[in-house]
Amino acid sequence: MLCFGFTFLYVPMVLLIVYSFNYSKIVPVWGGWSTRWYTVLFESEEVWAAITLSLKIALMNATFATMLGALAGLALVRFKSFRGRTLFGGMISAPLVMPEVITGLSLLLLFITLGQLIGWPTNRGITTITIAHITFSMAYVAVIIQSRLTGLDQSLEEAAEDLGAKPFRVLIDITLPLLAPGLLAGWLLAFTLSIDDLVIASFVSGPGANTLPMLIYSRVRLGLRPDINAMATIIIIVVAIGVCLAGWLMMRQERQRQRDMQLASGDNIKQD
Amino acid sequence: MSNNIDFSERPWLDPEAEPFIRIQGLTKNFGAFTAVDSVDLDIYKGELFSLLGGSGCGKTTLLRMLAGFETPSAGRVFIDGTDMTDVPPYERPVNMMFQSYALFPHMNVEANVAYGLKRDGVAKGEIKRRVHDMLEMVELGIFSKRKPHQLSGGQRQRVALARSLVKKPKVLLLDEPLGALDKRLREQTQFELMNIQDELGVTFVVVTHDQEEAMTLSTRIAVMDEGQFVQIGTPTEIYEYPDNRFVANFIGSANMFEGRVQKRVDKNLVVNVPALKGELIVEYSAEIADGSKVWLAIRPEKMSISTTLTDTNSVNVLSGIVHDIGYLGSMSTYRIELEDKKIIDITYPNQHRPRDGKHLAEWDDKVYLKFDPSNVVLLTR
Repeated sequence: MLCFGFTFLYVPMVLLIVYSFNYSKIVPVWGGWSTRWYTVLFESEEVWAAITLSLKIALMNATFATMLGALAGLALVRFKSFRGRTLFGGMISAPLVMPEVITGLSLLLLFITLGQLIGWPTNRGITTITIAHITFSMAYVAVIIQSRLTGLDQSLEEAAEDLGAKPFRVLIDITLPLLAPGLLAGWLLAFTLSIDDLVIASFVSGPGANTLPMLIYSRVRLGLRPDINAMATIIIIVVAIGVCLAGWLMMRQERQRQRDMQLASGDNIKQD
Repeated sequence: MSNNIDFSERPWLDPEAEPFIRIQGLTKNFGAFTAVDSVDLDIYKGELFSLLGGSGCGKTTLLRMLAGFETPSAGRVFIDGTDMTDVPPYERPVNMMFQSYALFPHMNVEANVAYGLKRDGVAKGEIKRRVHDMLEMVELGIFSKRKPHQLSGGQRQRVALARSLVKKPKVLLLDEPLGALDKRLREQTQFELMNIQDELGVTFVVVTHDQEEAMTLSTRIAVMDEGQFVQIGTPTEIYEYPDNRFVANFIGSANMFEGRVQKRVDKNLVVNVPALKGELIVEYSAEIADGSKVWLAIRPEKMSISTTLTDTNSVNVLSGIVHDIGYLGSMSTYRIELEDKKIIDITYPNQHRPRDGKHLAEWDDKVYLKFDPSNVVLLTR
């Protein structure tokens, strides 16, 4: 069963990579090894524009979503009883379960209405996509921060306050550094969500603003294309390197932790 | 001072002494639940004061109100003459050592200890010197660059202590300071704590559920139950002269007999105990009406045990069968079943090695227990 699953997971990827080096213009017909589609891909200004746009949006989205999501998470966990806490908590997680089509459609309506009422946004593009992405990625970040904060020993913050740190100082010195892994995870997730998104971006984008997924989708709508295979191959390689790097970092951390524990217990024995 | 009593060790006896911490009618409600119920308490400078009680008795809530982490529902807290009730934790002259130690995991030992001084804006050179001195005092100088997770439990505890003492607080609050240490380390740390307290003259307020810890550490102990103090006194007072049945049972163990006062004979009372179908003689000087319902508490170590009855005329003799023996080396605990099935505990030192392989008393031996009228505690509630 597992082999069956893996077959359907990885064989298409291997096929994709192999066919990206196909000379033939018609995808399923093998015409010998070649890298011509990579050249075609990198010479296309349209592709570069899409990549740049996607990266810009993803970076802005990740940064703002992390900030807003962290604030929401902090408010939900650290301020135990403010008015409407349950409502706020429910509303922040609603985007997680909302179908993307509805989120996209409603945001488009909002932007059109706003455009008519106050004259902004005048045209849809990078700004509207970024705002749309922030609204839903923020919810994911809030959930991550919430779970990280719940696991955080509150006496650490109390200890800092006890030692003379005012609440804001406690946030800077203690809470945020301890939340760093959660913040990083939230940022990466928001980044990925934005790079991945096709549906919402399609709704709120305007003429001339094509993100990478939008470009890929519009091209393959007209049939399989070898240059898209080349692009997919590059994406797979980048992702694979990223995953390996993260795994390696985590392994190194784990080893360090084990060494530290041995160090601590070693001292114990010496003391006795 | 008009008399010759030395109050320096026992300031709470001095009517003229000013309390260092004064708690007045302090109450804390969590919804419908009252964690601390209108308590009054004076603690004097240089004391090592323990709040002792089971879980949920309100001792930690009381400590957290002293630190400023909980806002009292009613009542006031004064420290060194200043009303601290509405002062936030970061402005109180009080530091706390947390049960979990709460060491900042992302800072090394040195930075942890220096944190409080930095927040106070102490000059860099002085911070360095004071942190160094403090780490030397707790014998952690060589570990100053280590992170908390690179330390053992005992070392972390000492970092936490150093961090809470480096600001020279007027009051140090300790939440179960020895709870996370193993037995040997506890005993060692107990005495270290007492030395440090003596050396620095800081007033310590300790929360603990461990009566042994409270007994060895404290100048005075407040026993808490359901948000109120049931008795406040020195370890000796609490143990030897408990006020009520709760304290007698909570501190150490006690064999309890219910009875009624029959008559007074000089300084002794004759108490009729139905469970024993007989009388016990108790030394008791205060006024008490004949016929009053009382409880008699006898500590297990305040009795003697023997297999023979030498003097048939003596008072307060109980006889029974050895039901169980716990051999502890230096002493043994015996569980004796009295004639009417009542079980009582007694501990007796093993002054002699076993003779012919037999201890003082063995299972199912008939034994006689004896205790002096002055060793019986009479409780009226």
